[in-house]
Amino acid sequence: MKRATMATLAAATTLALPAAADTVDIGILLPFSGVYASLGNEIEAGFALGLETYGNDLDVEIILHREDTEVTPATGLARTRKLILQDDVDAIVGIVSSGVLGAVRDLVDGAGVPLIVANAGNDAATGEDCSPWITRVSFSNGQVNRPMGRWMAEQGIETVYTLAPDYAAGRQMIEGFAGAFTEAGGTILGSDFTPFQQTQDFGPYIAQAQASGADALFVFYAGGEAISFVNQYASFGAAEDLPLYGSGFLTSQLYVNAQGASAEGVITALHYVPTLDNPENAAFVAAFAAANGRLPSEYAVQGYDAARALTEALATGARDRETLGAALRQVSFTGPRGALAIDPATNNIVQPIYVYETVTGPEGMTQEVLAALPAEADPVNGCVMPSLPTN
Amino acid sequence: MTQDLSFWTLQTLNALQLSMLLFLLSIGLTVIFGLMHFVNLAHGALYALGAYIAATLAGTAGFWAAILLAPLGVALVGVVLYGGLIRRMRKSGPMAQVLVTFGLIFALLDLTRILWGDLALAMSMPAVLSGQVDLLGVSYPAYRLFIIVLGAAIFAALALVLARTQIGAMIRAGVDNDAMAACLGINVERLFFVVFCVGCALAGLAGAVAAPLLSVTPGMGLQILIPTLIVIVIGGLGSLKGAIAGSLIYGFVQTFGAVLAPQLASVLIYALLAAVLVIKPVGLFPAKG
Repeated sequence: MKRATMATLAAATTLALPAAADTVDIGILLPFSGVYASLGNEIEAGFALGLETYGNDLDVEIILHREDTEVTPATGLARTRKLILQDDVDAIVGIVSSGVLGAVRDLVDGAGVPLIVANAGNDAATGEDCSPWITRVSFSNGQVNRPMGRWMAEQGIETVYTLAPDYAAGRQMIEGFAGAFTEAGGTILGSDFTPFQQTQDFGPYIAQAQASGADALFVFYAGGEAISFVNQYASFGAAEDLPLYGSGFLTSQLYVNAQGASAEGVITALHYVPTLDNPENAAFVAAFAAANGRLPSEYAVQGYDAARALTEALATGARDRETLGAALRQVSFTGPRGALAIDPATNNIVQPIYVYETVTGPEGMTQEVLAALPAEADPVNGCVMPSLPTN
Repeated sequence: MTQDLSFWTLQTLNALQLSMLLFLLSIGLTVIFGLMHFVNLAHGALYALGAYIAATLAGTAGFWAAILLAPLGVALVGVVLYGGLIRRMRKSGPMAQVLVTFGLIFALLDLTRILWGDLALAMSMPAVLSGQVDLLGVSYPAYRLFIIVLGAAIFAALALVLARTQIGAMIRAGVDNDAMAACLGINVERLFFVVFCVGCALAGLAGAVAAPLLSVTPGMGLQILIPTLIVIVIGGLGSLKGAIAGSLIYGFVQTFGAVLAPQLASVLIYALLAAVLVIKPVGLFPAKG
């Protein structure tokens, strides 16, 4: 704390020449092209709203440097290098793809630049690869699904068949779910991992799951694959014998209206849905809808809370890499998602998880929250968190 | 696992459905390829365009109008592409053609993104086709049956045109030896134009019928391109028989591979492709002997 004050003083003296407030340079590292472009835009919209809501009262001018990571780890790395070396940013916000996060991890860790992760859910990023400089305000893949495993077992579901795309996130989501579900007494009758982004036809897998005789189907898909999957599942009329459960990204607000009636009755778990009933969320949803003409998704709230975390850190007087890094790890606030905090052991967010059913509302598909599962910190997963290096 | 007869029937229908979708795409590409040795990698982008046009029209004009108008719209885009780009590229060799049409993929991809945005679109099925049909002891989605029937009907129509009509004979002559066909008084260039437009329309049709089944995203054209190219390489260039055989092989290997050997699902088709290239490099049923 003493060091933070000193740094603030130093920054204040160097910048005190004209009657100017402090400035901080923030890098925005999101995909604005490629398959994740819609997520990048959604996070940016949330981030902009968050800065507008919480950033105006601070006596700081926030200068944004926007870079497009595409979906390519190499591009993400090059853009991060540019932000750190050329733009000399004080902190970086963003990163959708876990692949990009993996690629830039050593760079931000080595350079000592605070990174607020606004999506990428790879468990290892706040596990064995954790860094004191990397703070995640979005979610981890296991975190979203573990409570759902227990919840489904509590509902009397005994056997489950699982499906997910064959890549790190897909496997971690299913692992998180299956671990908790079997621990609670359930049985996984079978698991298929479909070739990632090469599978257009899920028919064979759905038929396979039906033939297994399981009580329920638990899946993780996101984006285009989620839309295809839910539509195809509905067309097989399997809902009666094999009800569909999943990770909440399956029926994200971002594309649930593209699924339409097919998504009706699907029960999933996620860290945010726009129908959460709390005053912070009501204000957020109203402001987001007014600015963007659509309801916010979990990606928007991640951007919004990333901005909130940043402004909370700035409010402590942190102005440079070191002080921001230290302050970010200590932020906690109540936002649209409920009470949030950063787990000091891993730098991952601790947040409640909501089980919700997708239902038909007056204006398209909407969510009915069935249960709010209490927040719990992720297991440490091999994370040995060094304290922030002193000069 | 209970793999009784109905399970196999179900998966066979799944395989047929995938095959027919790929057939609609590959037939246009393969005949353009075979007739004029023109490599049109942008074919997948036209498929995506068909899906977007159909999804947009379905909201106002209904499903059937969308299915009819989307191919026409894509054919129109094909006419523009032909006049503006492809005719100039005819004599410039395969490498330049691949580069130009590959660039076209990204131009069209960004065009769809600018016009329709990044968010995925939806297209709902008509009520008649949204249920299930009991067939051979299994309950199967009616829409998937519709795709199978549509693909089979298009195959039959094309087979009839190619085998029995004068224009079919001209196309076959052009594929077989375009220089000789031109000497015989066939306007090969005009023939190519017609075939190109029909190929584009079929790609648009494939996109339109795929839209309710899959999600309509900017990247869907790129996703389907590799399977389509595999179908053509396995089946052999330029022939209807090759396109249908390649599609069926791809559909069955992909479907049953996914079910019986899920770990190998993504490798199996490439292994088959490699085997075909080693044993019969020209494909199974090439148009030219």
